[in-house]
Amino acid sequence: MKNRSLVSIDDLSTDEVLKVLDDAAGFEKDPVRKLLEGKVIATLFFEPSTRTRLSFESAINRLGGKIVGFSDAGVSSVSKGETLHDTIRMVSNYSDLIVMRHPIEGSARYASEISSVPVINAGDGANQHPTQTLLDLYSIRKTQGTLDNLNIFMVGDLKYGRTVHSLMMAMSRWNTTFNFISPEELKMPEEFKLYLENLGLKYYEHLDFTEIISRADIIYMTRVQKERFSDPIEYEKVKNVYVLKNAMLANTKPNMRILHPLPRVNEIHTDVDTNPKAYYFEQALNGVYTRQAILCSLLGIK
Amino acid sequence: MKEPKQLSVSAIQNGTVIDHIPARNLFKVISILGLDHIHNQITFGTNLESKKLGRKAIIKISDKYFEDEDINRIALVAPDAKLNIIRDYEVVEKKVVEVPDVIVGIAKCMNPKCITNFESVTTRFRVVSKKNVSLKCHYCEKITNQENLHII
Repeated sequence: MKNRSLVSIDDLSTDEVLKVLDDAAGFEKDPVRKLLEGKVIATLFFEPSTRTRLSFESAINRLGGKIVGFSDAGVSSVSKGETLHDTIRMVSNYSDLIVMRHPIEGSARYASEISSVPVINAGDGANQHPTQTLLDLYSIRKTQGTLDNLNIFMVGDLKYGRTVHSLMMAMSRWNTTFNFISPEELKMPEEFKLYLENLGLKYYEHLDFTEIISRADIIYMTRVQKERFSDPIEYEKVKNVYVLKNAMLANTKPNMRILHPLPRVNEIHTDVDTNPKAYYFEQALNGVYTRQAILCSLLGIK
Repeated sequence: MKEPKQLSVSAIQNGTVIDHIPARNLFKVISILGLDHIHNQITFGTNLESKKLGRKAIIKISDKYFEDEDINRIALVAPDAKLNIIRDYEVVEKKVVEVPDVIVGIAKCMNPKCITNFESVTTRFRVVSKKNVSLKCHYCEKITNQENLHII
């Protein structure tokens, strides 16, 4: 993967995905190593994303790298009207690798074609966010011991949720059974279901998940946002259906773990947090190890 | 009574004749093939009657032969175009156009939030369906289908 960019999870072969996960496990054992000493990493956040930025910066700092960049386009030359093209040309002169978050779809692929150094896509609008997908895969493999033959429940906004689409596409490389639980207005789009059908993978759709929760190996929660509904009454009807509470977890499998890309608002009740099956904060920590692995492999280190 | 003058556009000695171009897309074909920038002798006719297309256009380019790869670039605007390759006034070969696997710089991505609609990026698509043309943007990964297809 040396000198390549990471724009979309599809850029990586299955072997390369597994290599990143193996490397991330190494960083989990030994996270503080001076592998990026003397390297300058640019973190260009054209829109704010505190969690993603802190995770990358933590990963870079623990490896001894230095960071240049900005966390909000309002304070950069973008506010003076500079094009993405020019910003990337300039920053690739100053740094060994660029981490970029941008609200426009396809901006990361474009940046990777202009830049003379590798680009990591830290989210391009509603399109891709591959390091999130890799940390999700890492969390699933770590908690389940495997990526094969799992039953994954995806809950909440499956229509607009970028993370669930990417994770679904990635997990379709293994023999996964999917259960999609969402309100009618926010169902998984047809194109993704068609993709699974073509692969011969099983999926089921539900409006509610209390009856079937005992089958899950992984419950991947996402937020149902009020602004997604054209009719506010529809939102009021369903807003409490997609909230996970501790009492619902009584009959779940012992190996089952709950994931969430965070930030959480109210879709996971705080009484779940102390349940050993709640895994979302560890999942965020796994993001640091996964990003350490990605940074090093794109820079050809180790 | 004057005799009408016969213009000598009917036949070329050597070159390519592109027939069955939808009349409305004649100038797009000229632009895509860069015919407005070459020095060859070119004649064209447009709004000619056609049973199949209603109104068609035809272009005759002297001393010019196209690679398949180049000519297939017009497939999005002239899917029924037929080429006659002329040598010494004889049609020596007939060709049809075929939608290529990759479309570069001809179509516009329909996603208003795509980078190609914000900065001067040459568009690029993978053709996911040729029959009912469907294009997947190389940048934003969204699909642009036949109904929403706009030629730049």
